[in-house]
Amino acid sequence: MKILAVDEKRCTGCRLCELVCSVRHEGAADPARARIQIVKWEEEGVYLPMACRQCDDAPCAAVCPVNAIGRDPELGRVTTDHDLCIGCRACVSACPFGVLGFHEDRGKTFRCDLCHGDPTCVKFCETRALRYEEGDRVVAGRRRAAAARFRQAAAE
Amino acid sequence: MALNRRIAYVDLSAGSVEVRDVPLELRRKYLGGRGMDAYLLYNHVEPGTDPLGPDNALVLSAGLLSGTPAPAGARCQISAKSPLTGLLGSANMGGFFGPELRYAGFDHIVIQGRAEKPVYLWVHNGSVEIRDADHLWGGDAVQTQTRLREELADPDVKVACIGVAGENRVRFACVRTGIKNAAGRTGMGAVMGSKNLKAVAVRGTLPIRLADPEGALGYLEELVDYIQSSKYAEIMGKWGTLFIFDVTNSTGLIRTRNFQSNQMPHSEDLECEAMDRYTMGMAACFGCTMHCRHKYVLPEGRFRGQYGEGPEYTSQGAFGTEVGAASMLGVLEANQLVNLHGLDTLEVGSMIGWAMELHEKGLLPAELVGDLDLRWGNLDAVIRLIDDIAHRRGLGDVLADGPKGAIERLGPETAYYNIHVKGMSNLHSDERPTPSLALNIATSTRGADHLRSRPAIDLYHLPPKVLERIYGKPGLSDDYRVYEGKPWMVVWQERLYALVDALGVCKFQSVFLSPNMPKAEEYSRVLRLVTGLEFTPEELMEIGERVTTLERLFNLREGATRADDDLPERYFTEPTPEGLPAVRGKCIDRDRFEAMLDEYYDLHGWDREGRPTPETLARLGLDAEPTRLV
Repeated sequence: MKILAVDEKRCTGCRLCELVCSVRHEGAADPARARIQIVKWEEEGVYLPMACRQCDDAPCAAVCPVNAIGRDPELGRVTTDHDLCIGCRACVSACPFGVLGFHEDRGKTFRCDLCHGDPTCVKFCETRALRYEEGDRVVAGRRRAAAARFRQAAAE
Repeated sequence: MALNRRIAYVDLSAGSVEVRDVPLELRRKYLGGRGMDAYLLYNHVEPGTDPLGPDNALVLSAGLLSGTPAPAGARCQISAKSPLTGLLGSANMGGFFGPELRYAGFDHIVIQGRAEKPVYLWVHNGSVEIRDADHLWGGDAVQTQTRLREELADPDVKVACIGVAGENRVRFACVRTGIKNAAGRTGMGAVMGSKNLKAVAVRGTLPIRLADPEGALGYLEELVDYIQSSKYAEIMGKWGTLFIFDVTNSTGLIRTRNFQSNQMPHSEDLECEAMDRYTMGMAACFGCTMHCRHKYVLPEGRFRGQYGEGPEYTSQGAFGTEVGAASMLGVLEANQLVNLHGLDTLEVGSMIGWAMELHEKGLLPAELVGDLDLRWGNLDAVIRLIDDIAHRRGLGDVLADGPKGAIERLGPETAYYNIHVKGMSNLHSDERPTPSLALNIATSTRGADHLRSRPAIDLYHLPPKVLERIYGKPGLSDDYRVYEGKPWMVVWQERLYALVDALGVCKFQSVFLSPNMPKAEEYSRVLRLVTGLEFTPEELMEIGERVTTLERLFNLREGATRADDDLPERYFTEPTPEGLPAVRGKCIDRDRFEAMLDEYYDLHGWDREGRPTPETLARLGLDAEPTRLV
């Protein structure tokens, strides 16, 4: 299963991901309604892109009073049926990552939908801080990097 | 949509704000950013206005593509009559302020009058409030931003502010945003200070609708690939503008010890690789894939443990070769200090280098020098002078008046040694071997400057066929040492850069340092997809011409003449002492320079005094200015 993987050390804080995400989903340059947003500690030069983590046991789904939130097993994403959604925002407050948004004009929530399997943000992320790849590959890469550090420590 | 952003007129004397729409006609003629700045300035600043008086207008303008996914659409322009030159003041700044201004519903803020006590502006989703800033006065240019974010309880607030240099009306104080971005040149920070305006804080959540969202994403993906596939983008992404030092110093094109040389030996510690010891990685401005800004924490020295960003090539020159020092740590420390005080790094280095040469020549009064040791390479003196300039103490107070003001205070015999045009110091580059670059600094509408018309790619020996493809004229020489054909290259770049500044995109992603970057053809397509406005590339270049011509009219109205389109005398009298054989022993030939200037005027349709003819004004639709349409 592919996931939207974030390597925050590569992030330059440019926010192009926010821009192209909002153009794709809202037809507008509208970072406030982007499904991915970069949280910054500007005075320290630290930037961290945040988007829906597509939880397996999703708190947003658990609290939804009308069972509007479900899973799309094919893409491994959490989905909202906007016909059922009553706009109560229970999911927005339940999300431990704060990555669900609420569209005031439409009275509906929004979240990352992985652009149906071809994330626009990933296409525009020049430094590859954002990648869309198999979850086990992401971890494998990290495992190898950690192992390399052990190896070096052992050699010294 | 991208065309519904409004203009706010703020009168700080009356404490009033008025919001108006921008007529579409003005968009078609000037786009936004620097284009609209030229219009607003020409229409709202009477000739003869005191730059530091309440009647001067300070104009903040986001570019028309700023805040959209156009490549590097991060920029905004800040303009006023300049307290440094007495002519056009105009400075461009990246970061995140311009886009946020647009999300807050505005493209332009025109600030007039003077507040009785310190204030800041709070611009938020269609409204502008004037708020008390007593508690912010005296704060540095980073701290002020942090405090405002805390006060407004929103970490995403973007701030343009001044440091103590602007408060003290140092004539080259800049306006700052973020850790290092600055509207650096022509003293816009001093104008803010004169109005008792400490900061403008902006935050907005208003969408900018795109004319063709799907089409825009498709084309922009292609365009980003084109930009990022160039070697230049790779180099900028790794070294930032620091790489330029390695090129100019090894060739002999860098101003050294205030124009006494054009190359500095034993300067390995200024080369871009020296930054490896300090960099933590790169940061980018809004929407930019190139990320040319280093992040660093100083590991030692005066500011140990402080976080900073940059430096640019400008600071390598200003606090390196210009003052005869070769220490990257020294450059970083000086960079840190000018950014906190809100000073134009280039002007600071130039004024200090000039003072060092005056001292060497015995032209500085001993009581003014005091216990300062002004020998070349003394970074302790440089750091102290930066502080003294910002706080207007002793010699620093004299230097804080900029080239014209300081020459007046120190005497006419000091004038020969100051490297300025129209009262603004030049970049630490040496144009004696390069006629095209020399013509550029002589004619730029804001004084000596590399960002208004420099044909930098003239240095690359590009084949004439490639030059023809870019500049649209056959027969251009690939030899940067000749005078023939260069005026057209300067005029073409002048139009392109004015266009780029009006669009609010970054010059580093246009034909500036690389031929393989976007120009009017690409911008024409982006504009159509993003705004729905249709322009041919030729029409866009004509907007660039119109903007430059209106800036010219502003300067003429303030009394500028052909005599102001000149080079510092030393360019004609002192041959370059160092460098590769191709650049050694060169100076600018006066007669050939004047012939270039004639041709430059002819290409514009200006008379030989540099005044646009009535036909030219009519052709560009400038014959009725000032029209005060908004």
